Amino acid sequence: MSFQTETHDNFDFLADALFAELLAGEELNLSLSAEHQDYVRFNNSKVRQATAVWQNNLTLILQHAGRKTAATFDLSGNQHQNLQMLRSILRHARQELRELPEDPYLAPMQNHGRSENNSLGQLPTTADVVACIAEHTAGTGFTGLFAAGPQIRAARNSTGLDHWFSTESFFMDYSLFTTNAAGEAKAVKNLYADRAWNQQGFLKSLQDNKQHLDLLQGPSLSMTPGSYRVYLAPAAVTELINMFSWGAVSFYAWKNGNCALHELISGAKSLSAKFNLKENFKLALTPLFNSLGELPPSELSIIEQGQLKNLLISSRSAQEYTAISNAAEAGGGSNEYLRSVVLEPGNLPENQVLENLHTGLYISNLHYLNWSDMQNARITGMTRYACFRVENGKIIAPIKDLRFDDSLYSLFGSALEALTRESYVSPAIDTYHIRALGGCKTPGALVDAMRFTL
Amino acid sequence: MSGTLIIRPEFPEFDVYQALSWIQTEADWIGLRFVQEQAYQRHVRNQHPQNNAISITRGVMVEAMIDGCLAYAGSSDLSKSGIHKAALRAAQLARLGAAGNIFNFSEKHRPKAQGNFAGVFSESFDSQSLAEFTDQLIAACRHLQVSSRIVNACAEAQLVEAWNHYVSSNGTDIHQQWLLVSQNYSATAQDGTETQQRSMSGPVARCRQAGLELFDFTAIHADCQRIGQEALALLDADNCPAETLDLILAPDQMLMQIHESIGHPLELDRILGDERNYAGWSFVTPADFGRLQYGSKHMNVTFDPTVAGQFASYAFDDCGNPAVREYLIKDGLLLRGLGSLESQDRLGLPGVANFRAANWNRAPIDRMANINLEPGDSSLNEMIAGVERGVYMTANKSWSIDDYRHKFQFGCEYARMIENGKLTKVVKNPNYRGVTTPFWNALRKVGNRDEREIFGTPYCGKGEPSQIIRVGHASPPCLFSGIEVFGGSP
Repeated sequence: MSFQTETHDNFDFLADALFAELLAGEELNLSLSAEHQDYVRFNNSKVRQATAVWQNNLTLILQHAGRKTAATFDLSGNQHQNLQMLRSILRHARQELRELPEDPYLAPMQNHGRSENNSLGQLPTTADVVACIAEHTAGTGFTGLFAAGPQIRAARNSTGLDHWFSTESFFMDYSLFTTNAAGEAKAVKNLYADRAWNQQGFLKSLQDNKQHLDLLQGPSLSMTPGSYRVYLAPAAVTELINMFSWGAVSFYAWKNGNCALHELISGAKSLSAKFNLKENFKLALTPLFNSLGELPPSELSIIEQGQLKNLLISSRSAQEYTAISNAAEAGGGSNEYLRSVVLEPGNLPENQVLENLHTGLYISNLHYLNWSDMQNARITGMTRYACFRVENGKIIAPIKDLRFDDSLYSLFGSALEALTRESYVSPAIDTYHIRALGGCKTPGALVDAMRFTL
Repeated sequence: MSGTLIIRPEFPEFDVYQALSWIQTEADWIGLRFVQEQAYQRHVRNQHPQNNAISITRGVMVEAMIDGCLAYAGSSDLSKSGIHKAALRAAQLARLGAAGNIFNFSEKHRPKAQGNFAGVFSESFDSQSLAEFTDQLIAACRHLQVSSRIVNACAEAQLVEAWNHYVSSNGTDIHQQWLLVSQNYSATAQDGTETQQRSMSGPVARCRQAGLELFDFTAIHADCQRIGQEALALLDADNCPAETLDLILAPDQMLMQIHESIGHPLELDRILGDERNYAGWSFVTPADFGRLQYGSKHMNVTFDPTVAGQFASYAFDDCGNPAVREYLIKDGLLLRGLGSLESQDRLGLPGVANFRAANWNRAPIDRMANINLEPGDSSLNEMIAGVERGVYMTANKSWSIDDYRHKFQFGCEYARMIENGKLTKVVKNPNYRGVTTPFWNALRKVGNRDEREIFGTPYCGKGEPSQIIRVGHASPPCLFSGIEVFGGSP
C-alpha cells in the first residue's frame, strides 16, 4: 500500500472515530500534514548528509461554547495507538475549554465541501541522483539539497468538510562555485524542480550554470554606495515579493498597525501601474483549501495597476473586524500570508534586458531581507551570487556584494521601469520541520534607481 | 476542579533499549535518538484569548554508519516495524553515500558516552491552572494598555517540556531533559498614520530553562506598564539621526549582534561550505584561528552550555560529545570555532560540543548553544557619562547580514540620545549598520558582571533540510565608537 493510501485510510479512520464521539455543541477540525521524503545534502559534489523522514503531523482544533483550543501531535504507524492518544488529547482539550475565557473572535466551523486531488510524480531514485551528481558535477563545487517524495495536506471537520491533497515532486536547490582571479569565491544559483525527473533537462540547466560561472572569473568590482539603475532577475524579484507575506497585504496586520503598505491601502501612495500581484492557485503548487479546509477563490487580485484590490483576510480576522473572509491562511502571528503568488509579467523581452539596462547593475539574487522602516515599506538586504556591473549594454565585471535599503514604493513604484515578458515558477523549497508547498511566479524587473548603502 | 497548564497524554510505551536491540546489527554502527517535546502556547491579545495550542512531537532518528558514511532516517512510527523500516532506510542511504562520502567517519565521531542532564527549575508547569495563568496574561495586557492609543497588546508564553534519550551500538546512553520558557509582551501604539511597537526586550528574547518561577507577574505587570508608556513616547519622538556616533547597545540587542556576527560566522560547517547554498559561507577562514584580531581587547566570547538556566544548556551534544565551556575569542583574538567532532576532524581544528538536531526528524549539524560576551569592568552609567554625543539602543526589531557574515544592518525598537554624558530625548526607528570585524574592533567598553543579562531565541534557523533551534546569549551593555546610525524615512 502506498504512503498516500495508507495515510488516507488512517486519517479517515481517526476522523470518523473522533467525530462519532463528540458531545453536543462541540466542533472538531482535524488537519494533516504528512510526508515521506528523502533529503540529500551535497557539498562539493559529495554527499554530506542523507536523511529519510516519515512523518504525519495531525492538528486537532476543538471549539465549544465560544472557546477554542488546538493540539498537534505526530501520528505513529499504529491506528489504535493513535486513536488512544487522540482520545486522551481530546479529554484534555475539553478540560482546557472549561478553563479558558470566551473567545469573541472565534469563527464557527463550516462545511466547505469535499475534494480529493492526488498527483503522482515520476521521481528519480535517490541512488540515481547521487550517481548523477557524482558523474556530472565534478569541479563545479556543486553544493545543495535534493528533496523528493510524497507530500500530503488534508482537512476534515465535524460539519462534513473533507478535503484531501497529495502530490509527489522533487527539487534540487543548488549552487556552483568558482574562485576568481583575485582569489574570491563566486557562485551561481539554480533550482531544478518538477514532478517528473528529466535527466537531460537537469544536465542542460547545469551546463547553462557552468557557462555563467565563466562570467565570474574576472576580479570583482567594489561599487561605492549610492543609487544605481538595476535589473533584478526573477529570483531577486521573488525575494522582494516574499516580503509581501511579512504583513504587507495582511488585513490583520493592517488593523493592528503593522502593515508595511498602509499608505497603499489608504490611497496616500501607489505602486507602479505596471505592478499587478495576485494569489493564483492555478499554479497547482499547493491545495486550494487552507489548513481549516476553507476555500479561497482560485484567483484573487491583490494589487492591480499599482492600486490595492484586496487584502488577505482569514476567517478569524473577518470575525474580529466584521469583514468578509477570503479564506486566507494566517501564520503564527495571525498575519495572513500569500501561498501561491503571481506577479504578472510585463513586455520587456528577456533578451533585451542588458540593452535596456544600458549602464547599471545586473542582480541575480537577493539575500536576508528584512524591514528597515516598515511604516515606509523600506527593506534592507544583500545582493548575492552572480551580480554584475553592466556598461553600455555589456557585462563588464562581477561586483562585490552590496547592501541595499530602499522602499517598495520606489522599487515597485516610481522607479519600476519594466517587467520582463517571461516569468518563472519557483516552487517553495522551505523545509523547516516539514517540506513546504506553494510558491510563486515572477518576472524580472528593470528599476531605474535602487539605493545601496554599504 | 481546575486542570493544570500541561497535558499528560496516554503515550504508548516506547523502550529505547529494546528498539536499539531490534536494529543494532543493520550497520557497522547504529545510533538511536528518541525525542519527545510538548510545547504549550498561551497567547492573550487585548485581554482575549488569541491562541491556546499544544504541540507534541515524538519520534526517533536512526543513524547508521556503513563504510565510513553516516546516514539518517527519522520516523514517528515507533512500532517495531516502523523502527525496522527506519533502520533499513538509514542503512540504504549510508551504503549509497559511502562511494561519494564527504569524509570517512568512524566511531570516534560517535564516542561512547553515558550520563544524564536535567535543566534547573523550581516550580513545575503543573503548579498552576490554565485559568490562573490565563488570568495573569490578561492582566499583563491590561497593564500594556496604558492609553487608548495602544491599539494592540499581546502577552504570550511558550512552555516546553523536552526529553532526549540517545543510545548507540557502542554503548552510548545519554538521557537529557529540560523545562523551557519563552515569553513575549508587546504594545503597539498608533496615532494617525504613525505606529510604533515596543516589547519587553524584543520579540521572544526572554527565553530560559526554567519552570513557572520565571513568571513573577508582579514584576512583569510593572514592566508591561513601562513598555506601554515607551510605545507612546515613540509616537511623539523624532527619528534617530543619520550620523556616525558612539553607540551603546543594551544586552537585549547585544544578543542579536553576538548571534549574527559572532555565532554564525564561527560555525565550522559554514567554513567548510556545507551551508553555502543556503544560509551562507563565512568570511572566517581556517587560517584565521589563533591569528585574526576579531575585535578589541575588551572582547571575550565563550561557548558555554554549562550556565545553569540559560536557554541552550546541556551536558552532551547529539553525537555524545560532553559539553564544556570554551573561549572562542579572548582579548579580541579568535581562538576556536563552533564545530562538532565531525567538523573538527574535517578541518583539523579544535571545536566544541555543538552537534545539535532541532528535533527527532532532523540530523545534527553545527549549531550555537549559549554564546556569551563575558563581562568587563565598566558600567552603563560610566559608559553614558563618557559619551559626548551618541545613541543608546535597545531591543531588536530588524536584522540582516550578508552570506559571509560581513555587512550587517540592525534595527531596534527604542533609543535615546546621549548628549554631553547624559541620556536625553527618545528617538524612534533607530538603526545601525557596519562590517563585522571593524565593528567589534570599535568595542570600547563592556559592562560588568552585575549588568550582564541572559537572553536567547527559540528561532535560530539553518541547515538543509532546515532546522530551527534554541540558542542562548548573555551580555552586559557595550559601547562602540564611530558607528553609522540612522532612522526611518521622514
